[in-house]
Amino acid sequence: MSTVNGKAEEPVGGTSGRRAPTVADFTTGQEVRWCPGCGDHAILSTMRGLLPALGVAPENTVVVSGIGCSSRLPYYLDTYGIHSIHGRAPSFATGISINRPDLSVWVVTGDGDALAIGGNHLIHALRRNVNLKILLLNNHIYGLTKGQASPTSKVGTIGPSSPFGSLDNPFNPIALALGAGATFVARTIDSDRRHLTATLTAAAAHKGAALVEIRQGCPTFSAIPRQPSRAAGQESPAEPDNPAAPEHGPIRLSPGLPIVFGAKEQWGVVRDPSTGELGIGHGGDSRVVVHDPGTQNSTYAYGLARLAETSLAEPPIGVYRSVSQPSFDELYQERLATARPDGRGDLRSLLTGSDSWVVAG
Amino acid sequence: MPTEQLSERSEGARRLENVVIRFAGDSGDGMQLTGDRFGAQAAAIGNDVATLPNYPAEIRAPAGTVAGVSSYQLHIADHDIRTPGDQPDVLIAMNPAALKANVAELRPGGVIILDTDSFTVLGLEKAGYDIDPLTDGSLDAFQVHAINLTGFAAAAVADHNLKRKDAARTKNMFALGLVSWMFSQQIEDTIAYLQKRFASKPDVQAANVSALRAGWIYGETTEAFANVYEVKPAPLPAGTYRHMKGNKAVAYGLVAAAHQAAMPLFLGAYPITPASEILHELAALASNDVRSFQAEDEIAAIGAAIGGSYAGMLGVTVTSGPGMALKAEALGLAVIMELPLVIVNVQRGGPSTGLPTKTEQSDLLQALYGRHGEAPMPVIAVRSAADGFDAAMEAARIALAYRTPVILLSDAYIANGSEPWRVPEVEELPFIGIDLATEPNGVDADGNPIFLPYARDPVTLARPLAIPGTPGLTHRIGGLEKADLTGAVSYDPDNHDLMIRTRQSKIDGIDVPPLEVDDPSGPPGSGADVLVIGWGSTWGPIGEACRQVRAEGMKVAQAHLRHIVPLPANLASVLSEYHTVLVPEMNLGQLAGHLRRETLIDTVGYNQTRGMPFRTAELASVITRVIQGIDEDASGAAGTKPVGDVGARLAAMSEAGAAKPAARASTATANQHDVTREAGR
Ligand SMILES: Cc1ncc(C[n+]2csc(CCOP(=O)(O)OP(=O)(O)O)c2C)c(N)n1
Ligand code: SF4
Repeated sequence: MSTVNGKAEEPVGGTSGRRAPTVADFTTGQEVRWCPGCGDHAILSTMRGLLPALGVAPENTVVVSGIGCSSRLPYYLDTYGIHSIHGRAPSFATGISINRPDLSVWVVTGDGDALAIGGNHLIHALRRNVNLKILLLNNHIYGLTKGQASPTSKVGTIGPSSPFGSLDNPFNPIALALGAGATFVARTIDSDRRHLTATLTAAAAHKGAALVEIRQGCPTFSAIPRQPSRAAGQESPAEPDNPAAPEHGPIRLSPGLPIVFGAKEQWGVVRDPSTGELGIGHGGDSRVVVHDPGTQNSTYAYGLARLAETSLAEPPIGVYRSVSQPSFDELYQERLATARPDGRGDLRSLLTGSDSWVVAG
Repeated sequence: MPTEQLSERSEGARRLENVVIRFAGDSGDGMQLTGDRFGAQAAAIGNDVATLPNYPAEIRAPAGTVAGVSSYQLHIADHDIRTPGDQPDVLIAMNPAALKANVAELRPGGVIILDTDSFTVLGLEKAGYDIDPLTDGSLDAFQVHAINLTGFAAAAVADHNLKRKDAARTKNMFALGLVSWMFSQQIEDTIAYLQKRFASKPDVQAANVSALRAGWIYGETTEAFANVYEVKPAPLPAGTYRHMKGNKAVAYGLVAAAHQAAMPLFLGAYPITPASEILHELAALASNDVRSFQAEDEIAAIGAAIGGSYAGMLGVTVTSGPGMALKAEALGLAVIMELPLVIVNVQRGGPSTGLPTKTEQSDLLQALYGRHGEAPMPVIAVRSAADGFDAAMEAARIALAYRTPVILLSDAYIANGSEPWRVPEVEELPFIGIDLATEPNGVDADGNPIFLPYARDPVTLARPLAIPGTPGLTHRIGGLEKADLTGAVSYDPDNHDLMIRTRQSKIDGIDVPPLEVDDPSGPPGSGADVLVIGWGSTWGPIGEACRQVRAEGMKVAQAHLRHIVPLPANLASVLSEYHTVLVPEMNLGQLAGHLRRETLIDTVGYNQTRGMPFRTAELASVITRVIQGIDEDASGAAGTKPVGDVGARLAAMSEAGAAKPAARASTATANQHDVTREAGR
């Protein structure tokens, strides 16, 4: 046993001299309790595969969640973790992250958890740019409480609390995160393990808040459009003559590449030169946009995020925005370091102050 | 004017044992600063000092109106005092509204110093005076000094290139100079203070210093006052002293606790009156390894604090009633996760936004029971401004030793009030650090070493804490019920029952000192028949009242509860030694109900919720009547009725037959009156 030495910002553990961590090192013995076919299984196994590859020791990884099916995930990862209360995971994670820059802190949350009860904490974690990797498992429904409409359910969703169809407009998590000033915003999907791994790896490498919306299937309560199991370029029997047809699958955003889609890349995202607005055009059009998530001005990413609402069956996946800004954690630690250049200030002089007087005995 | 001349003591000052002075003016007149400086000056010459700031909730209520009056009352004495005094002897009124709002409380024969500059037709009208009180004889009972404070101040600062409005604003310093002279106080400390405070505004700095000096000189040269007074130093135990405000004392106590635990202090907070000042104090102490974080709301504030605790900091959050309500769910999480945490609630008038700047003790039941599930939590109360330091350290000690969230209750009166504080030697402070887990503490079924986060210390029942970064001890905690030892999620009925009882036993078993009784006439059973027991900020008024009652030849005992959860083990046996136990509270009987529940002893309540601390005379009269057992029908018991016409209004409501509210109201009235009811044992 040792006493806290007041220097908790220095790594307490360490991986030096130890073998590289493996999937097994990140796996707990807890029985996984999600419905068969739940998208959360795929996300968990991706995380188990990804974490060892990041080179961070299990003891330096902390996973914090709220409440919901998705928020059970920390129990299945053999790291440090908190399964907290509904919607508040970003606040617990903030308290951990800003005090301990040696830790890699992840937040796992659901669409109800992050966007209904926890909306406030999410936007503030993003605007502050706290060094958190936030995985928003979006199944467009409240799973744990048995199928009520969530803030991402589309209008008309039928559920036990909306038997005649929901009336409220859904949030677009990507647009919301961009509006909050997030420096890293991405969307991926549970059914595409490679895309999921690549997106989470990019998020892990980002310094500052990274929001990754993971479109997650909940076979029990909702069915979100799944990506067709067809390789790109492969001719399908009836390639539809409509860019909004679900058969195309989601647009994949790749940095430095033109944004085109369809089996023959016959469709593309084009920018109207007079208004600057993004729309859908033909793949061969000279106005097809080359994707640049590093664009400082978030209008571009916002335009991309909004595209799906009008002209596509499924929203684009990939990294929408990835820009570099100082993280709150760095600024916070810097402020502390400048305030105490010679270590901790003297308690006696603080207590005595400059306005004390002495009473003789 | 060289300062040496100013610092000379006036000749022939009349000695006073104590005096109560109230500065009152518009909320824009700087009365809080003025009062605070006067208190610091008095403390610096060794007086005992107790203060009572009182200000409106609005930053600037309409100027010149009674609603906008801000005041600061000080009691200074050559002996040990515990309250800011009942009635001012001296009232400084910077405008007609300040006079109107305060004159009724001034002692007959007391001194009024008022600023004639604002006694204009408009000024009188805004204050609601039909006739100028300076001319209608209504102030005949007082010694009135009508002085053009604003005019003199403006003249004194004429050389400093200030705008007319800014020049007039130095009138508070002129008044402070004058009153300082009147009470033989030195103003050097205040000059130094002004130089520091306005360092970035040389003109304002120079003008304030000039006005302060001019006020002092005005007193000396005009012979406006027949008498100059002096309050000699109070005999305090030897040591280094500081004039300490309640909120600052709590902040310093938390810093000292973290220091003595060898941990960084991490504060998550969201601004709220009257607790924000603790956030402000701590935010400025980064050099003492204080980490502060202003969150987006009170939930995030406690969330961050819990996160900080999990990561190895001493996690703290500070708030007031409305914020406390928001934190309830997270408190439950801290209980089940068994993490150290200090939650400070600086109580104000409730419910809802209530009286944001006024004091009350009405969050006690919230602290005791305000969570879902069986969620026991230690509760500690601060008793006076300087005591904030010790109380905060004690809260942190318990939080760390028992791995539990602890609620520390303060209130607006303590928060804003101030008194001399003996600065402790750092070596005197206890070490409250804890050992963190670094090694596995158990074995699994196959004999492999594992970490059991819910194994317990056999004495304290505290669980081991392993912070992230510790290799080999990775584990998850959370809000779902924990299996004993392993901390894994468990829905097992027996385990749940065991864990609930274990968490309760841990809190019940916290070592708290026994209840002490202050009774010069003898120990419990052989001294007084009546015991007055309180918690929190009523300590001062109850103590003064008991002294007063004893000075009149009667016997009375006083006891005070610092620890409300768990209660001292000897509580019931002490209480049962008295014929009557009186519980004065600034609520409708919250502690009294708790005592009844915990000890089966019936007490007599004295309750008031006027946003102001009890007055000594009022409590002394209540105690006297309880001792004398008079007013059996209680209805006429002087000093026990709701003050003003509240009793009559409640009665009128019940007579009017307003069904439910009236029934409740009359119960409250009966309770207010029923101070002589016998202890029902
Ligand atoms: C304060 C509070 N309110 C309500 C609940 C009930 N509740 C638990 S999970 C949940 C919604 C979860 O939905 P989502 O975040 O989308 O997660 P999912 O279960 O779909 O993964 C609700 C309303 C709760 N646990 N706490
Ligand atoms: S209800 Fe839906 S989200 Fe929850 S475990 Fe089942 S499939 Fe997964």
